[in-house]
Amino acid sequence: MSDTTSQSGKAKVRAWYEPDAKLSRRHSADKRLRAYGIAAIIFALSMLATLVGTIAITAAPAVTQTMVTLEVEVPEGAVDPSDPRGGSYQRILNDSIMRIFPEVDTPREKRELRKLFSNGGQYALRDKVVDDPSLIGRTFDVTFPLADIGDQLHKGVIDRNLPPDYRRVSDMQIGWYDRLVEQGRISAPLNWGMIFNADSRFPELAGLWGALVGSFYALLICFFVSFPVGISAAVYLEEFAPKNRLTDLIEVNINNLAAVPSIVFGLLGLAVFLNFFGMPRSAPIVGGLVLSLMTLPTIIIATRAALKAVPPSIREAAIGVGASRMQTVGHHVLPLAMPGIMTGTIIGLAQALGETAPLLLIGMNAFITAAPDSMFNPSTALPTQIYIWADSPERGFTSRTSAAIIVLLGFLVCMNAIAIYMRKRFERRW
Amino acid sequence: MSATTLLAIVLILALAGYLWGRANAGAIKQTGKAMHSVPAYHGYFVALACGLPAFLLVLVWLAAQSTVIDAIIVADLPSYITDGVEASRMSLILSEIKSIAAGRIFGTPDQALLDAAERYSALQDIASLAMVVSTLAIAIAGMVYARSRLSLEFRARNRVDGILRWLLIVCSILAIMTTLGIILSLVIESFAFFSRVPVFDFLFGMTWSPQTPIRADQVAAAGAFGAVPVFWGTIFISAIAMFVALPTGLFSAIYLVEYSNKRIRSVVKPLLEILAGIPTIVYGFFAILTVAPFIREFGTSLGLDVASNSALAAGGVMGIMLIPFISSFADDAISAVPQSLRDGAYALGATRAETIRQVLLPAALPGIVGGVLLAVSRAIGETMIVVMAAGLTATLTANPLEGVTTVTVQIVTLLIGDTEFDSPKTLAAFGLGLVLFISTLALNIVALQVVKRYRERYE
Amino acid sequence: MNKTAEEAGTLAKAAASVQAGHESKIAATNVSVFYGEKQALFDVSIDIPARQVMAFIGPSGCGKSTFLRCINRMNDTIDICRVTGTIEIDGADIYDPKIDPVLLRARVGMVFQKPNPFPKSIYDNIAYGPRIHGVAKNGSAMDEIVETSLSRAGLWKEVKDRLNEPGTGLSGGQQQRLCIARAIAVNPDVILMDEPCSALDPIATAKVEELIDELRQHYTIVIVTHSMQQAARVSQKAAFFHLGNLIEVDETEKVFTNPTDKRTQDYITGRFG
Repeated sequence: MSDTTSQSGKAKVRAWYEPDAKLSRRHSADKRLRAYGIAAIIFALSMLATLVGTIAITAAPAVTQTMVTLEVEVPEGAVDPSDPRGGSYQRILNDSIMRIFPEVDTPREKRELRKLFSNGGQYALRDKVVDDPSLIGRTFDVTFPLADIGDQLHKGVIDRNLPPDYRRVSDMQIGWYDRLVEQGRISAPLNWGMIFNADSRFPELAGLWGALVGSFYALLICFFVSFPVGISAAVYLEEFAPKNRLTDLIEVNINNLAAVPSIVFGLLGLAVFLNFFGMPRSAPIVGGLVLSLMTLPTIIIATRAALKAVPPSIREAAIGVGASRMQTVGHHVLPLAMPGIMTGTIIGLAQALGETAPLLLIGMNAFITAAPDSMFNPSTALPTQIYIWADSPERGFTSRTSAAIIVLLGFLVCMNAIAIYMRKRFERRW
Repeated sequence: MSATTLLAIVLILALAGYLWGRANAGAIKQTGKAMHSVPAYHGYFVALACGLPAFLLVLVWLAAQSTVIDAIIVADLPSYITDGVEASRMSLILSEIKSIAAGRIFGTPDQALLDAAERYSALQDIASLAMVVSTLAIAIAGMVYARSRLSLEFRARNRVDGILRWLLIVCSILAIMTTLGIILSLVIESFAFFSRVPVFDFLFGMTWSPQTPIRADQVAAAGAFGAVPVFWGTIFISAIAMFVALPTGLFSAIYLVEYSNKRIRSVVKPLLEILAGIPTIVYGFFAILTVAPFIREFGTSLGLDVASNSALAAGGVMGIMLIPFISSFADDAISAVPQSLRDGAYALGATRAETIRQVLLPAALPGIVGGVLLAVSRAIGETMIVVMAAGLTATLTANPLEGVTTVTVQIVTLLIGDTEFDSPKTLAAFGLGLVLFISTLALNIVALQVVKRYRERYE
Repeated sequence: MNKTAEEAGTLAKAAASVQAGHESKIAATNVSVFYGEKQALFDVSIDIPARQVMAFIGPSGCGKSTFLRCINRMNDTIDICRVTGTIEIDGADIYDPKIDPVLLRARVGMVFQKPNPFPKSIYDNIAYGPRIHGVAKNGSAMDEIVETSLSRAGLWKEVKDRLNEPGTGLSGGQQQRLCIARAIAVNPDVILMDEPCSALDPIATAKVEELIDELRQHYTIVIVTHSMQQAARVSQKAAFFHLGNLIEVDETEKVFTNPTDKRTQDYITGRFG
């Protein structure tokens, strides 16, 4: 075995299967590449874990809402039974609070004390009285949220061991809060308000309902526009269109449209829908239309793929028994392609649900404290609500933002799970 | 009557038309002679003739109504209100008229405005009544006409197929209309912008400060709309993102295709794809919640001065978002290299790394390059991450620890809130949008071509 | 490394003794191959002589390609594939864990069914092997290797003026000879050929067959072929495989004119396959 003689002048003959330094260098290069690969994957997955982890951890405090229960006396005459909405509930509530803390008398202290309780208390009280006017003149329990600082004190987000200058609650407020706890007035039930309240300036009152309704309307429009139009366009291009310049242009155009930055669609919506057609600003209808233009290419591409997967023999069979091409498509090809189309549509809608930038441009980041009555009313959507909250300085909004993200991700997971299930369940190999 | 109800009525009419047409065809059939089309197609024909024109009319009406009414109102306003008023003021007057009409009166408006508001309500009522009447008239006329056409030898199937075919064509053209709409709206608004700020100043100016209040006659003040720092910021952040995404995506794809076994691949690949499914707003929040503070603290501990909205944080998080993008394109490209090339290299005694570096990657290069170009286009057009995590001030810096701003950030900040369509501030956003659209379009076209060629090569 | 050398010393001696004459170059003993649960090859034992052409024949799916791929451990690249038994080349067991497949494959070249030149220039296709094994750096030494390899593969005259053009631009027969040249360039002892002509037209096939006949002066060649005529034309010895078993090995002439086994006879006379 003379052709791989070692370089040294010695007469030693090395057999071909003996590794040399060069070979081990080559193998360590191989191991290095493998290590890079593993490192890259670990980096990507740990980033995913960090993202989900930190958001879940920050969201945790928003799972419960700290509530306080007070006995409130609504004196006769303070509220007019024929018009219970008009009472000065703020004052009534303040009186009840002061009854628990009789020693608080200076206006400054009173203000401090008041800050512990949410501004939403008066509305909780009002709603109770409006529901049952017979409560007027009686004393009864009202449960309502503590203000943000109280909430955070309860959840330990504010460290009471810090010196007073470094925390947002005073020693006095901590004392009052402790008294409330002693008296068993504090509870922390599940935070349903987070889902069922509309937006508010006060974190403890802010909820996602308006955003959920807005997103629902927008997605509804998006579906009803992009689904039929997308399928029709795909059917034409795949089943009927002659091969010519125009259809080539449409084809290139659709592929490129799918890669146009979403914010450009926002500019389109702003210039065309709002400025040219004069549609209402911040309305889910406009948001839905913009989103449907964005979803359209996704649905067209998915539908074409699904139509392509239906074998030509099916079409030939139908045409062979005298069906027109339209009948062939309508009766045979489309139903067979439907699972694939639905999967693509759900994925497209999921993308639309998470889309933020175009909605910002058409003003769906307005501050609106009630859910929209119709798709023409101003509203926010889930992702724009997240944007608004993320921008808000109050501490309480941090956990609410994270919680809203969890809600958004929850919807996305469900939608994708449905899509994957449909793909698995109805997948047909020809 | 609302448009929704009207559309529902049209739908019901169409359904009635279907039943009518079918029943009529059934009656003809009773005569025992051979019909050209089955009765159901007679029904479809009547339904389409009834519903389709009416439906289109409602859409057009809804789109045009407010514009037309606004124009009428403005035309009728006395000249002392309208004279010399620019468009932005005009739209304020219009919205005041509308809120008066809706019963929200603030202060004591001009009598002319009160009159206009009254006329506005009246016009609204007339318009919606007219819409209902004309829509129903068209629906019924269509139905009756179609019904009269029905006969024994009427080719209902061919007619229905023809109409449906046209509908399909219209739908496919809508995709082109979208592109056209994008181009037109960007070009028209940009044109208005460039009539105030010269194109050259915009493209090559070194100072960007649209936020400084500019008097109307000072609009074209030199340098205020010089977009170079904005373009630079965009390129800089995209470069940082690619710096993170490219090696990570490429190495993970190499590992998954060439090294890992099936089980690891089937777990890791979907996990990576989750990264692609997370909305960008979530990445944005992740950047300000976790990454930016981390980088800041880490930098401070090294004695570095790190801005809270550093380019590094925004670009890094954007890079994480782009990992699955690169990895799935690289994965596809490497998997598409025929097994025979691998065999050829292994049979020569190449190690796996040598096979990958010298045979697979060169062969897969076009596919990978296509994917990278698409990722770059994504990075340039990405909005929410940079809106939340990058800066607002346009600085020309190559220090990743400082804040820079991007095209998309500027578009959002210029357009958020109430927008008037004639201030250079608003129009500048469209100028930036046009640049963004052209550059991403160019990248996409090149990338799609490259990828397509590559696919053809190995199929 | 020293230890390996000592241990291998005895093997090397044995190997040296085999070198003379038409002694056995490759000796396989009881080789079985499993794909997952499925056994594809059953206890194959065979001696392959040096500097001759050995043809593996048999109906498709009989295991001849599988066995061929065992000889340079190409089966290692398939996850679920498992090989038992021993294959010795010059007395060294190639499935010994001490043996590096990379070195083995430099020793045992392979040519595939379909020509698979790399998407590189003709020059780089040839230079690839010597480059990775560090046999020669670029420059005149490499030029020489490229020229010798191409000449040996009978391709030099056809391509010497376009060495920088892509190898994929050649005709099918030229591509296959390029692949043979590529295998020769790393200076192997053995060349395995897996139906090297099945994708070629008759004229290209004739050229490759001629080449195989010339190459046997320098190399031990094992060729898998579907065509019995080809086996008869190019090989000195032939092995008949059937359903994963080795049925018969002998001089090619004997196998074709006077086979011992009935199944061989049936196959050769065209009763199955």
